[in-house]
Amino acid sequence: MTISSIAQHLPALLIAVPLLTAFLTPLVGGVNRSLRVLWVFLGIAATSAIGLALAWKVFTYGTVIYVFGAASVTQTLPPDSGGIPIRIIFEVDAFSALMIVIASLSAFAITIYSLMSESECSGQDGFYALLFLLVVGIMGMVATGDLFNFFVFLEISSLAGAALVAYRVDKGVAVEAGLKYALLSTLGALCVLIAIGLLFAQYNVLNIAALASRLQFTTLDKIALALLVVPLAMKCGAVPMHFWTPDTYTTAPSSITALLVVSSQASLYALFRILFSLYGHLIHFSYATFGWFVIILGVLSMFVGVTMAIPQKDVKRLMAYHAVSQTGYMLLGVGVGLAVLGDRTALNAYGLTAMAGGIFHIINHAMYKGLLFLTAGAVFYRVGTRNLNKLGGLGHTMPWTMVFFMIGALAIAGIPPFNGFASKLLIYESVFRFSPFLSIIAMVVSILTLASFVKVFHSIFMGPRREEFAAAREVPPAMMLGMGLLALVVVLFGLIPQTIIDGLIMPCVTALVDRGAYMASILGGH
Amino acid sequence: MLRHLIINFPLITVVVVAFLGLAAMMFKRNIIKILMGVSLLESAVNLFLVAVGYRQDGIAPIFTNAPSTHMVLPTVQALTLTSIVIGVATSAMMLSFAMILYKKYGTVDIRKIRKLKG
Repeated sequence: MTISSIAQHLPALLIAVPLLTAFLTPLVGGVNRSLRVLWVFLGIAATSAIGLALAWKVFTYGTVIYVFGAASVTQTLPPDSGGIPIRIIFEVDAFSALMIVIASLSAFAITIYSLMSESECSGQDGFYALLFLLVVGIMGMVATGDLFNFFVFLEISSLAGAALVAYRVDKGVAVEAGLKYALLSTLGALCVLIAIGLLFAQYNVLNIAALASRLQFTTLDKIALALLVVPLAMKCGAVPMHFWTPDTYTTAPSSITALLVVSSQASLYALFRILFSLYGHLIHFSYATFGWFVIILGVLSMFVGVTMAIPQKDVKRLMAYHAVSQTGYMLLGVGVGLAVLGDRTALNAYGLTAMAGGIFHIINHAMYKGLLFLTAGAVFYRVGTRNLNKLGGLGHTMPWTMVFFMIGALAIAGIPPFNGFASKLLIYESVFRFSPFLSIIAMVVSILTLASFVKVFHSIFMGPRREEFAAAREVPPAMMLGMGLLALVVVLFGLIPQTIIDGLIMPCVTALVDRGAYMASILGGH
Repeated sequence: MLRHLIINFPLITVVVVAFLGLAAMMFKRNIIKILMGVSLLESAVNLFLVAVGYRQDGIAPIFTNAPSTHMVLPTVQALTLTSIVIGVATSAMMLSFAMILYKKYGTVDIRKIRKLKG
């Protein structure tokens, strides 16, 4: 296989490689332990490399189309199909590519970390098989251009996620959280499937671009919109449908929690894709209504998330509520963009900047929140408790973990020069011009976040050495490497925000706003 | 009137079964019964998909001895098969969760399975 044919089949390999790795892991792991470590490492390295290469291709040459099973991979409309894209098509535009970058970076760091953090636990073959399946689900959700295919990947990620949450049974508590997550995911996915059925029954297509060109916004389409938006808002953990996040994020192994954050963001991606690319101009009569719907979800998430986080005693539970709160920023930014989508001047003046802030926050959040969950996992790995009242004085024995935690905490609180500051500043500035009140709420939430993390930092790392933790020492190199990678990205994005915004974020905003281009890449013409 | 009722009979069944499933999920306290509710809801959705795909006098796309090449594109049928397979995986996983919970807690009553709080 030559380089050019690999380059041509990158979208298929993005799914095939982790899928193959997942199902061969139990076989390879049966041989011996070190072979499995090598296999898992190679698998995730290959997956991430493919993901990054594909994203590079998209950002350099534009949207990549991949048609499965056609004579040529770009033949979206076979001559005998009657103008309908009948095959499964992957449509990777700039926004999808950004999500693939997020998933690749996080999955790589997380897997390296897991190789050490889970090395003492049983059932490793299944663990890595499920981890790779979760990666498949995430990659598929963000790469696919087909609505039913999206449902399949949504289910793959939900199933693998639920199984991983319950994997370390922990006297049944983890299984309780896993069951809760599985039930809600299934209910949500069934709603999505009904919506797909409603759309297919009317228009006889499943391709998102083809559907977008045919939608009439009938009553059934409105029902379908609700059946798509509500479950996806639930899956990304927006208040008032956030109740699963604290349980799930707390009980899952820390590395998995970091990956679940990415999978929630894949749902967020889908939510935006449906609002902008699928429905888009059809809701032009009331952009403001839909925009405010997203904004209110965002503001509620921000505020409720952070106020619930402050009194928590369990460090991971606290971080889980902060994850809800940070998702609010993304919803707020993109919601403001949606609210002014019909108004060219407002859109150019601040709408696009608000969307850029929201989308930039997605990648930033994946990095620093992943980092924070990994540091929480590192602390748990060494001292065996997550209770803030029992922890203390670990700064003496785990200096690197402390540094990584500080980087993550400062980034989430939006302190310069870390990446959280860059995206939050964009959101504050632009949202202020839309509605000063919302901007003030966003800033207050940031301050509360900072207060909460100062408390956490103090209770875990500060204070005198404790006798009960005398045996604690720095975590092994593999875990440091995983955290270090994410910390590096956090710092790097904070130092060169403008380069990232121009190179990665603005193309995503354009891709979201320009619904015609999304349709044209499949259907041709413009 | 009667004709409409007969034509829409599959869809009426879908609504009835879906509501039964939802009701079981919401009002039952036994995990096994909740999972039965999920299964019912899944069946309702599958039935909905198949009902949507029905074409009167349509010809299945089997080319051997076909009376005409004007055939029905079996997309929804394929979707339903996929969805059934996914449903099996989901049910199997959730039932195994129920088993583990029963072993650990000695009950399948969700009112008593509440170690998680917050």
